[in-house]
Amino acid sequence: MHEMSLAEGIRSIVQDQAAKHGFSRVTVLRLEIGRFAGVEKPALDFAFDVVMRGSPAEGARLEMIDLAGQALCFDCMKTVEIADRLAPCPLCGGGKLIPNGGDEMRIKDMEVA
Amino acid sequence: MCTVCGCSDTVTADGRVISHDEAHRLGLPHSHAPAFQPAPLPFPHVQAGHDHHHYGQGAAGVSVPGLTQARLIEVETSILAKNDALAQGNRRVLDALGVLALNLVSSPGSGKTTLLCKTIEALGDAPLAVIEGDQQTSADADRIRATGARAIQINTGKGCHLDAQMVGAAIDDLRPRPQSFLFIENVGNLVCPAGFDLGEDAKVAILSVTEGEDKPLKYPDMFTASRLAILTKTDLAPHCDVDLELYEANLRRVNPGIEILRLSTRTGDGMAAWLDWLRARLAEKA
Repeated sequence: MHEMSLAEGIRSIVQDQAAKHGFSRVTVLRLEIGRFAGVEKPALDFAFDVVMRGSPAEGARLEMIDLAGQALCFDCMKTVEIADRLAPCPLCGGGKLIPNGGDEMRIKDMEVA
Repeated sequence: MCTVCGCSDTVTADGRVISHDEAHRLGLPHSHAPAFQPAPLPFPHVQAGHDHHHYGQGAAGVSVPGLTQARLIEVETSILAKNDALAQGNRRVLDALGVLALNLVSSPGSGKTTLLCKTIEALGDAPLAVIEGDQQTSADADRIRATGARAIQINTGKGCHLDAQMVGAAIDDLRPRPQSFLFIENVGNLVCPAGFDLGEDAKVAILSVTEGEDKPLKYPDMFTASRLAILTKTDLAPHCDVDLELYEANLRRVNPGIEILRLSTRTGDGMAAWLDWLRARLAEKA
């Protein structure tokens, strides 16, 4: 969706963390991205390279960990895991589901030097 | 100010002092004024021939002798944490004033501004203010001001959505009156504005009947994030072979809890239900 903005957000967090923990270089940065977060991973990878230049995370390896998509089924009222946004409920076959997990996009951790 | 990166007006490029916009347009390598500081969430951009960095040089990218041992720092922070914190700040201000803030989202051309103009007319003396978001032009704010309402235009430049920082600055300028309506007309875009909290009470998705019944399925995030969907231009439905029931079914498929109104600003059908909805939500803020 707006991967450049997300990369700017990452950069800003990296800079805050660098000031707080006193490191100068990030070697690996791990993100957790929910299936319903609407993040286009190749686009974020590209934006990351561009936006991190001149920051402690310049040249860092970006790793993205997928988190499953979760939704509440309005037919059986159970929380279920679904692979895509419009998939039916795996328990009852119902088609009215609202996501209640899997929209995460956060920095999990980073390896720094 | 440069619309691409938000920094100051002139730069030195190729040994000449030229406008910053011009440097970007020409793709010339250039430096930035020392006073330039990045905004919390600067406009995203990428451009060919753009071989400079937009941010302070800082201590970045330098390896420090004696500090080579790798260590792991747990961060566990949402990428949008800054935007979310600013949005919460906006929400506290608006809640304290009892202002009902609605974030109007849709594709371009769904009739957001027309609906807003008609709504302002129909609300009569009720205090309200409008924040207009578009990539370019102040055309929409001009249309709103023509109704007598107070409006601020935000031009996002290359940006595809409003963010909480932009809206916070607009709220500071507008100073909404207690117990008033604040309409935020987002950039016409069914994708990006879904992810950015502005501090609003609710997102209201506008979907015109000429857009196609499949739009909620194709762009589910926006309709999932919205509390209310308004099907607009219903007077055109007989001419477009559209199935209004299918529109509603598809909206409920991606968001079983969504409220739906049908409306035509041209005939006025549905306006009364929309105004009732607005007044009821405002009363809840008292």
